[in-house]
Parts: sequence; C-alpha cells; structure tokens
Amino acid sequence: MSDVAVSAQSITKIFGPTEGGLRALDDVSVDIRTNEFFTLLGPSGCGKTTLLRMIAGFETPTFGSIILDGKDITTDPPFRRPVNTVFQSYALFPHLTVAQNVGFGLEMRGKQKSEIGAAVAEVLALVRMEQMAERYPSQLSGGQQQRVALARALAPRPSVLLLDEPLSALDLKLRKQMQIELKRMQLETGITFIFVTHDQEEALTMSDRIAVMSAGRILQIGAPREIYNAPANRFVADFIGESNFLPAEVEGPAAVKLGNGASAPAAMPDGLGAGTRVTVAVRPEQIDVCPEAEGILSGTIAELVYFGTDMHAHIDLGDGATLVARVTARSDAGLEKGGRTGIRFATGALRVVEETA
Amino acid sequence: MAERARKSFSVRQLPGVTPITMACFAALYAPIVIIVIYSFNAGDSVALWQGFSFRWYAIAAENELVQEATVRSLVIALWASGISTVLATMAALGTTRTAKFPGSTFIYVMINQPLMVPEIVTAVALLIFFASIKVATGYSGLGYLILAHSAFCVPFAYLPIRARLEGMDRTLEIAAADLYATPWQTFRRVTLPLVLPGIVAGAMLAFVISLDDVIITEFVKSAGQDTLPTYMLGQLRRAVTPEVNAISTALLGLTILLLTAFFLLTGRGNDKKP
Repeated sequence: MSDVAVSAQSITKIFGPTEGGLRALDDVSVDIRTNEFFTLLGPSGCGKTTLLRMIAGFETPTFGSIILDGKDITTDPPFRRPVNTVFQSYALFPHLTVAQNVGFGLEMRGKQKSEIGAAVAEVLALVRMEQMAERYPSQLSGGQQQRVALARALAPRPSVLLLDEPLSALDLKLRKQMQIELKRMQLETGITFIFVTHDQEEALTMSDRIAVMSAGRILQIGAPREIYNAPANRFVADFIGESNFLPAEVEGPAAVKLGNGASAPAAMPDGLGAGTRVTVAVRPEQIDVCPEAEGILSGTIAELVYFGTDMHAHIDLGDGATLVARVTARSDAGLEKGGRTGIRFATGALRVVEETA
Repeated sequence: MAERARKSFSVRQLPGVTPITMACFAALYAPIVIIVIYSFNAGDSVALWQGFSFRWYAIAAENELVQEATVRSLVIALWASGISTVLATMAALGTTRTAKFPGSTFIYVMINQPLMVPEIVTAVALLIFFASIKVATGYSGLGYLILAHSAFCVPFAYLPIRARLEGMDRTLEIAAADLYATPWQTFRRVTLPLVLPGIVAGAMLAFVISLDDVIITEFVKSAGQDTLPTYMLGQLRRAVTPEVNAISTALLGLTILLLTAFFLLTGRGNDKKP
C-alpha cells in the first residue's frame, strides 16, 4: 500500500458550459496521506465540497483525475468506490432502525448476517450508541443521529472516510465534544479522514494537515501550526485566526520599516529587495500594550471589546490604520477608551505576507 | 407570533361567509343525501317516501346483471389501477430522478394529457382505434376496456407518486449509492419503501377513477360488457326505481372508504417529512 491514500491530480470542475461556465475548481492537485486527518478548509463556495464529492463519486471532474490507493477511480460510480461519506444532513434512512442503517453498507456488499451483526455492534460501541440499536432515526436527537451517521459510514471499514461539515448542525458544546471524539475515532480505526469545514477552529483542533481553499484553488497545505504561524498569504492569515495587516517597507533581509518610520524585525520570503512595499501581518495575541514611551508604535484606544477571558483593544494608530490587540482580562489595568497607549510586538510576531489578488 | 398573525385575520369574520359556505355545501351534498335516503325507500318511487326498508338493496344484490356489472367493474378497476400505477411510477421516476433534459416539460404535459383533453374526444378516438383492431384480430374481450382505463388512470396515479418523490430527500439515494448499493438496490431498499405511501395512494385514486368512468366505457365496451356505471345509465333510460339509488349508495360507500384511506396515507406522508 502506498502512503498516499487519495491523490487529486490537476482537477478542474466547470459547472455549465466548458467555456464561460462556473469554475468551481481550478487545477487543484493534492496528495492525502494514508491514515491522516486531512481537512479542506475554506469559505462557502470555495470548492471544498465539490472536491469531496468528486472523491466520493457524486461529481465527475471536467479535467484531471482522482487516484485512490494507486488506482484511477475518476469515472467509477460511487457504489464501486471503497470510500464512505458522512453527510452534513446525516441522510439516515428514516424507514430503517439504527442497526439496519449501520449495517446497510455491509449488507450491500453481500456480507453474512452474523458478520454484519458483529460489525454493527462493534462500530456502535465505538460511537457509544449501543443502547440505541433498535430505535428509528426520528427517535434520536441531532447529536445521536450524527453518531449513527458516523457509525454507518465507518461500518464497512472504508479506506477513506469523507466528512462533509458533519458538525455544523450541532450546538457549540456538543461540537467541541465531537471534535475530540472524531479525532479519537480516527486514531482508533486508522482510517484516512478527509474533513470539509469552514470553521477554522475545528480544522486547527483535529487535523494533521489542512488545505486552505479559496475561489476554487488551494492556497496553502500544511500542519495546523504551520498554517497558523506562517500563513502563505493575506487570505490565509485573515481566514485562519485573526490578523492585523500593516503597510510597511522592506529595510533589510529580516527587517521592515513601519508606517511611523520605526524599524522592526519581520520574517519574510527570500528575494525581497530593500524599499519594496509590502504588507505585514500580526496576530492580536502577539501585540503587547505598554506605556506610550516604551512602545514601537503608539495610538489611541478606539474601542475595548470584552469577551470573558480576554479583551480586544482596538488601537487607532493615527495614520488611518487600526490594530486589534488581545489583552488578558487580568492585565487590562490602565486601559480605557480614548486613552493613549504604546504597542510592542512579541518576538517573531511580524510576518510579511503576499497580497492575494 | 405566528399564532397571533393568523388570528388577526380570519376569513370567518367577513360578513356572509358562513351562509355562503353552508349554501355551497348544501348544493354539493343535498342531492347525494337525498339519493342515499331514497335508497332505503320501501315504495317504488325515488321521490315519494313510503317507509324504511332494505328492499332495494336486496333486489340489486339479487339482480344478475348488477352482479355481473359489479364483478366486471372491479376486474377492470383492479387491472387498470395496477397497470397505470406501474406505468405512473416509472414515469414519475423518469421525470424526477433524471437531470432536466430537453423536452422534459413536453413529456410532463403528455403524461397529464388525459386530464386536459375532453374525455369524449379520447372516447371517440379509442372507439375508432379499437374497432379496427377488433376487425383485424377478432378479439373482443375486456382487454380493450382495461387498456382504455389504464391510459386515462395514469395521470391520477402519477401525480401523488411524483409529489412524494419530489418531497423525498435525494441525499438518501446518494447515501445509499455511497454505501455500495447499485442503482437497483437503491431503488428497492430506499426509494421504493419511502415512496410506497404515494404509490398506494396513486393506485387507490386510479381505482376509484376507473370504477367511476362512464363516457369512455360507454364508447369502448362491446355488447354485454356493462360496468356498474354504464348499467345504471341504461337503467335510468327505462324506469327509475330506488334500485339505482341503492347501487349508487353502495358505490359511494366504497369510494368514501378508498378516498379516506388515500387521505390518511398522503396526510401521514406529509407529517413524516422533516
């Protein structure tokens, strides 16, 4: 078995006429490794679900091919592909019990009754729904239906499990709990998970690797930390977590000159000559407030937004730019709306990002 | 909120609504009620009450022509509803489970054509068409009536089945395919059980429509092939006795039974939808 589970090769999908139709995916290539938890992350309409549906076989690419475990499956119908899907709406069969739903895939594959029974019991135990085997979907809560949908897709032991925003209908608390459980199930079963979501926190929590998508293209592929700490461009920096963007000028190999003329160290790609106008990104939690005289920048506090553990201080720099700094609620002493404050950046906080077109 | 909005305007508050409603219902049902009442008349008149009796039911039940017509009606209705329901199910699948193709609206209109073309036109057309087949083959059995009834029953069976298919979540069929079900297995294990209430409802509606038909039957039938409605029509041309009332009432009872079942089936189907 190769260590690439699914390989999408130069996938383009055009809905409508090939000339002038809607380009949902534009020359997308990605290799998803065996046993990894891979997330396709992006805003709605970025093509992530279309890509997932192509791996499942519900859509055919206009150009390009899908390789599963070394075999070209681009034109195989869904029922011949050893992949299973957890649908956003769960799509449980309303006329079948939980056990019949979960056993459906195995039954269609012509397995013996006894084998199906054992597999159903095992996978229901995995999702902690053993007690509900004889119920009908309409008798279950949303969270329970979610677990059954997961069990049904896992029961045939697919080589790849596809999850299409399966947590989006759950409330926050249940969602957080399911994130942890999904990760546990992925580790226990050793099945490759491909997860689609628009929720960046969900992606960061569970994934081994994330592909950030926008407008039919993959902008960056990497581990959660990598994506968060070293976003490839402005879109990624903005979409994953929160970022402030400041105009700056390259001063040297690892330093920029900010709007007020102060120079600061910044990570940047190679090959940027001094004097190039660039954008630097900085995370709110990488900004420290300090007395005005000690800061590298200074500004007026335009707004203080309190949200429990932290506060966001919106600081007007006076040159049209506003920075958002995250201040822990304990250390907010001295900050008040309309007051002056200094700003310092944590080490490695500034990063030059490519402007996205 | 919605409750209050609904209460703030009620048709019932408009002046004259209740009397008009009552008048409409009276116009619709009074004649039927009178037919039912006079079916229990002890005398020979359909207009002069002479006491309560089951006499005419007994006479109708013992009348061999009525017995034969009843059996014929039921045989035709069973075949016609069966054939038209199978065709209608296939048509409904074809028009809801395929991508929209050029001419799909035209096909939809063609399927429902018997609802729009005047029945007398279809009747005359069938009469001429079947006459030439009769000459060519020499066959003159019930087959013609069954075929004719099947044809005009299709749209009645089609509409509830199509409604049910359209109300069904298509993701369920996609999910079945995802779980290794071939298209046939998907139909057999997911689509069919979920659409079944619509199919049963369609079959019952087709059955009632076939049972009730006069015009096409009158034109297509050969000698001695009276169904219950055409027999009654023939009787009315001669002497009108409460026997016709008794047959009507029995037919009415059967229809009400089937229509009640139809509404229960389709109604429950709607409740189940999320």
